[in-house]
Amino acid sequence: MNMQFRPGEQKGTEAVVKQAIADCDIHPTRKDPKGLYPYLEKRWRDHLDAYGALVYQGMVVGPLYPKGQPNASRRDAVPPEGGVQGSSLKFMQQQHLDPNNVALGIMCPLSLQGFRNLDLGAALARATNDWQVAEWSGQDSRLRASVVVANEDGEASAREIRARAGDKNFAQVLLMSRNTEPLGQRRYWPIYQAAEEAGLPIGIHAFGNSGHPITPGGWPSYYIEEMVGHSQCQQSALASLVLEGVFERFPRLKVISIEAGFGWAPSLAWRLDKHFDRLRSELPHLKKKPSEYIREHVWWSTQPMEEPDERQHLLDVIEWIGWDRLMFATDYPHWDFDEPSRVLPAGVSKENRDAFFLGNARQVFGIAA
Amino acid sequence: MASVIPDGIDCDLHPALPGIHNLLPYLSDYWSDQVTNRGMVDLVSASYPLNSPITARPDWRPKAGKAGSVVAELTRHALDPYGTRFGICNPLYGVQMVFSEDMATAFCSALNDWLAKEWLDKDARLRGSIVIPVQSTEKAVVEIERCAADRRFVQVLMLVSNDNPLGRRVYWPIYEACERHGLALGVHAGSNYHNAPLAVGWGSYHTEDYVGQAQAFQTQLTSLIVEGVFAKYPNLKVVMLESGFTWLPTYLWRLQKFWRGVRMETPWVDRAPQEIVRSNVRFSLQPIDAPPDPAMLERVIDHMQSDELLLFSTDYPHWQFDGERVLPEGISSDLVRKIMIDNPLATYPRLNA
Repeated sequence: MNMQFRPGEQKGTEAVVKQAIADCDIHPTRKDPKGLYPYLEKRWRDHLDAYGALVYQGMVVGPLYPKGQPNASRRDAVPPEGGVQGSSLKFMQQQHLDPNNVALGIMCPLSLQGFRNLDLGAALARATNDWQVAEWSGQDSRLRASVVVANEDGEASAREIRARAGDKNFAQVLLMSRNTEPLGQRRYWPIYQAAEEAGLPIGIHAFGNSGHPITPGGWPSYYIEEMVGHSQCQQSALASLVLEGVFERFPRLKVISIEAGFGWAPSLAWRLDKHFDRLRSELPHLKKKPSEYIREHVWWSTQPMEEPDERQHLLDVIEWIGWDRLMFATDYPHWDFDEPSRVLPAGVSKENRDAFFLGNARQVFGIAA
Repeated sequence: MASVIPDGIDCDLHPALPGIHNLLPYLSDYWSDQVTNRGMVDLVSASYPLNSPITARPDWRPKAGKAGSVVAELTRHALDPYGTRFGICNPLYGVQMVFSEDMATAFCSALNDWLAKEWLDKDARLRGSIVIPVQSTEKAVVEIERCAADRRFVQVLMLVSNDNPLGRRVYWPIYEACERHGLALGVHAGSNYHNAPLAVGWGSYHTEDYVGQAQAFQTQLTSLIVEGVFAKYPNLKVVMLESGFTWLPTYLWRLQKFWRGVRMETPWVDRAPQEIVRSNVRFSLQPIDAPPDPAMLERVIDHMQSDELLLFSTDYPHWQFDGERVLPEGISSDLVRKIMIDNPLATYPRLNA
């Protein structure tokens, strides 16, 4: 976890050829609140000017849980030409893509889903996707876009996915973990059907506004509770996908869990299996054990890496999940950025390192060197 | 397989109230009339539908009525086979779901009196938990004060999911009373369903709710730690009941990492979350969400970095294990002793009196 880097810190490693990496969670941001206006019809520009974009929470300006620092971003990631962190492709290249030898960068634009007005949601999703191509992936071939969708409207989402199918700018469909209902529910199935047809994995990124408190026991007080709580949301969202039979219905669907940790995956799978064994009469639509669906259909991005006192403990957990299931991510430009050179302990085999840093992502996204 | 040793302490037994009419002798005339005249029959939580396989192990399920409603059966099934010295009774009756704090208070008092008279009086091995009307902190504290004089009550019982997260200051007078009386705070699986049972909403299945209890415990443990409950009440012991525990190590890795990053937000948390858990939080053994291989469970227990966290439980009559295989494979005899005897005695001061 690094809030800031001084340029001098990486000296001495430059002579060594750095491992090429895939970064499965990069956050490009709009230069200002009107950054998407060139991609929106006048009707929606006027709407945003008058009413803003209502989501399932009480504020239109200001966070419920103020972040630890502005924009939850590294202070050193502000572009020299101005604008917020993550808004300049040139500076992202200089600060991150080039020095960290990023061969493949998957972009996950945030705060563009979960709108109460479904038509606005569909318009913003389309604009976001055009913007990613025009200003990012179309300008740097290392970067790939996510198909942002109007998540609460399954049919509109499916149309957007079909419109982007076959476009090599797009690597995945993006959802957030928190929606008005658990993600396995049928209202979201058109999204899975369209993604499966298009051969695009579903990336489920932590966050989102659902209208539900981030604990099953009410609204907590602090930002740290929201941050830690994203992993519990992700667990429940994944349990919902499994128990609703989404992977039975869409057998070629791939799911990537993004920025929600991965250490919890084994314990969740054991718990699901144990209670599935007892309660399977409730779930006749499942043909396999929950852990088998997870093993076959789910991958995890790594940031923020869990950090036990004993590094061996982390390696135990990775063994249980599988070295073929983790995909490195930095979360650039956010403050809890994971630095690639420090993220794995010594002693990991070259084969596992290569899979972790690049190979698994190439395989899941179907993007060759 | 690790063997059970005698004189153990079973920290999670569920005596069942057959029906609300069993509370009538313990209710005031007013509430007794309310129950009768308004046609109230029972209060059964959605967490444990009566015929769900989880709710009662098949060989513990009686031909009629609720499993766990007969003292002699509970002791024969859960205490006698293991030579148990004490068994702590945690009644799960739907008093937390009702919205009226007056009704909840009347029912909780009656339930506690019922437990003392019809269970604790009947078998000297049994100990009790005080069920409180969480709908009103003030009334909850009054109920704790009322019951605390009976030293057979060793714990105060809450559900894991309530209107507000457990660390919230609104509940602190309850924790103050627990600490002052030497009562542990037992936090049991279950929700009052005033919020969705999952942080992502309402699922479709009972299985989903039950699996989701583990995530509920994780969020509530975060709340207890970061709100500063253990800085304010350093002698308070919180026991997570029917929570599972294999999630604990990786959960703490994440919490501890973020605490290092944003501890300026909660400056009163002056010890690492891992240390706080080691000194103040305990977990009942069952259900064990165990990996398929006992060697992996050994690794998980190693990841916990403490042999003081687990407390023996059968979770009777819930179906968590078969036969007498209450202890998992993969734990040492030293750990069995800690789990069955030393840790419970250190957690519940009233058991030593």
